[in-house]
Amino acid sequence: MMMTEENEVESTLSVCGHNIQIAEVLKDGEMLSFLIVSQKLSGTGEYHVHRNYDDFEWLQHNLFCQEDVAGIQGVIFPPLPAKAQVNTAAKVMKQLGFLSLGEWQPYCKALEVFLQQVAAHSILSKNKAVEVFLTNPDSPGKQKVKKNIFNRLSQAVDGMRKEGHKDVDDFFQTARDHNLVLTNCTKTVTEKLLEVVQTEQKIAVACGHFSAALLLCVEPGDDPNKQAFSKVCVKLSEVFESMKKSTTGVSENDVSTMGLGLDLESRYQEAIKEMLFRRTCKLVELEHARRNAEKAKPVKKAAMEELRKAAETEFEDISRVAKEEITRFEAVRVKMLQQAMVQWCEKQLLTAKECADQFTQHLEVFRGMNFK
Amino acid sequence: SSPPPPPPPPSLPNLLCPSMHGYYWMFELSPHWSQLEDDEAKDRFDVDVSVTNPEKVGDGMNAYMAYKVSTRTSLTMFRCKTFSVRRRFSDFLGLYEKLSVKQSLHGCIIPLPPEKSVVGMTKVKVGTDDPSSVEFVERRRAALERYLQRIVSHPSLLQDPDVREFLERDDLPRAVNTQTLSGAGFLKMINKASDAVNKMTLKMNESDTWFDDKFQEVESEEQQLRKLHAVVDSLVTHRKELCGNTAVFAKSMAMLGNSEDNTALSRALSQLAEVEDKMEQLHQEQAASDFFIFAELLADYVRLLGAVRGCFDQRMRAWQRWQEAQSTLQKKREAEAKLLWANKPEKLQQAKEEITEWESKVTQYERDFDRIGMMVRKEVLRFEVLFVSMHSELCFCFKFQLIKFWEAFLPEAKAIS
Repeated sequence: MMMTEENEVESTLSVCGHNIQIAEVLKDGEMLSFLIVSQKLSGTGEYHVHRNYDDFEWLQHNLFCQEDVAGIQGVIFPPLPAKAQVNTAAKVMKQLGFLSLGEWQPYCKALEVFLQQVAAHSILSKNKAVEVFLTNPDSPGKQKVKKNIFNRLSQAVDGMRKEGHKDVDDFFQTARDHNLVLTNCTKTVTEKLLEVVQTEQKIAVACGHFSAALLLCVEPGDDPNKQAFSKVCVKLSEVFESMKKSTTGVSENDVSTMGLGLDLESRYQEAIKEMLFRRTCKLVELEHARRNAEKAKPVKKAAMEELRKAAETEFEDISRVAKEEITRFEAVRVKMLQQAMVQWCEKQLLTAKECADQFTQHLEVFRGMNFK
Repeated sequence: SSPPPPPPPPSLPNLLCPSMHGYYWMFELSPHWSQLEDDEAKDRFDVDVSVTNPEKVGDGMNAYMAYKVSTRTSLTMFRCKTFSVRRRFSDFLGLYEKLSVKQSLHGCIIPLPPEKSVVGMTKVKVGTDDPSSVEFVERRRAALERYLQRIVSHPSLLQDPDVREFLERDDLPRAVNTQTLSGAGFLKMINKASDAVNKMTLKMNESDTWFDDKFQEVESEEQQLRKLHAVVDSLVTHRKELCGNTAVFAKSMAMLGNSEDNTALSRALSQLAEVEDKMEQLHQEQAASDFFIFAELLADYVRLLGAVRGCFDQRMRAWQRWQEAQSTLQKKREAEAKLLWANKPEKLQQAKEEITEWESKVTQYERDFDRIGMMVRKEVLRFEVLFVSMHSELCFCFKFQLIKFWEAFLPEAKAIS
């Protein structure tokens, strides 16, 4: 089923949005392949479809290209994580940060959140591409990349200048200022947590080495001294193996809860930034159009007025949608972060308790060992 | 031999200064050498040395650290029962130099002093009170203490007038020529000497396999300890790194909390940042310092093993000296025979004198070699005692470090809930 360029205005999704799952991820050469499971809204049953990253990009393109939907530029588009360079560990870490760790589980979770957010969005879910993506057994296939109107911030010609353009609405000026601060803070926190995780991984590896090195000190023989020493070495080796496991557990918890949460928050802040920027650009355009209309000679006046009116309507639509989006998103964002924090605490507490139990056992054994 | 006395209950500070005369063991030696063992058992020492109160003296690049060296003893050869002096690092190196010059001819294992460190000392001189300088001074103090304790627990070293002077004399003349002296430098010397010895064509014919076996044992122990030390070192480094990373992370979290509009979220983030900070900092710092103690001990023992190896080399050199003297004597005798035949009476007298001279040298060197051989055996025996106590010390060290670590961590972990 080929996707046409025109979108039908009112189409509803036939699946439940909030429990879309990525049940499986397979490595297919250089690419990752995802198994997406969604629940039918009417009756029982599930859709199982296989998709790869190109399909996600196709979906995103279709969402971007909805020029006839009023105020579409005011939408905060759920961010899609970058494409994973599967076989180059260093590159993928730089590109994806936390999402490159944990055997692609966090990455899948991020894609899951993307789909859930799209399916739950009042405007975006109406796009036929979403239905196709989630239910069609065949892959949507590669379509020619259509140049869309949503250029990335960095590609904007005079982005910096427009970014600073003073707003006409306090609500939005505050939103823009706040977003700037939050974006930087979140980025910093994410980076620092990633450094913590990397060091934890190094410690786990070192504990493993130590455990192995201790086993090398074990010597056979009848000498009671050597026997006593060997016994201690074996026991200590076990202790460090435990330490390795617990440190690994701690770092995995960091990645799967707080790491993922911060990464999502970070990318969402970027998405908000882009939306606000689009609106600001529209504002600049509107102000241009107003000036042109004012200065226009009688011959061109009518045409300029038309343009002015169009720009005004667009700007109003965008602002209206943007306000709704910002309000809606704030609730979602707080919930997401809170969830991440709670999960983080719960998991770390569990790991700490397990670790403490194990070490108490080791302690007992040591206390029982008599050294002559 | 007397049965081993029970070890004293170790608290962590004592672990760094183990009592040397606590551990005696049954060794399976040929009856010929068991006499040595009994002699050892009679060696009871009553000297206790400690190194404390590091104080910076002077300013700028001429500044140095002075340590208080306190001695407590019941031996009559000292002037008082308790006394203390102030010494600086170069004094310790000077003592080592004096001892090694005298004792190296006798096959004695001289304990190695801690290494010189330009980087470490410069920081201290410049006067920053940052934690790494404080740590450096503490490491050095502990190492100096261990060094002195090893010296005073060695029966013949304790008798050495230089050692007594070091401990007692208020005004010790400054040691010169300590530039080249450092633990690492000594080890390099030993390694070079070992290589030279190995390359010599005259190989010793060991009628007694004891030396060869012991040498192998020592070498393999050293390898093992080196490996362990390297791994522990990297663990210490990573733990310290984690400490730093966690602190930075907690700060950035707090900043995020401050920037948050939503008050509930803001409060939660700030609280989490605090908890993270406190808990992690505490147990990571502890883990780092505990492991560091272990790493220091390991490094110490690796150096000690190196000194033992040096001991074996000394014996080898003594043997070579003897062999060379014998070959020179042989040449002199051949020369004499030629002169007799050539009938040159003037030169004959000189030749006879040379022969007498070399005969006595040969006898001397042979005696030296035997004596060194005996010393080395005795030293290794002593060292084995030391070695076993060292293993036990390591075990205790580990055990109690880890206990300390876990006992501190448990209430923290419980407090989270």
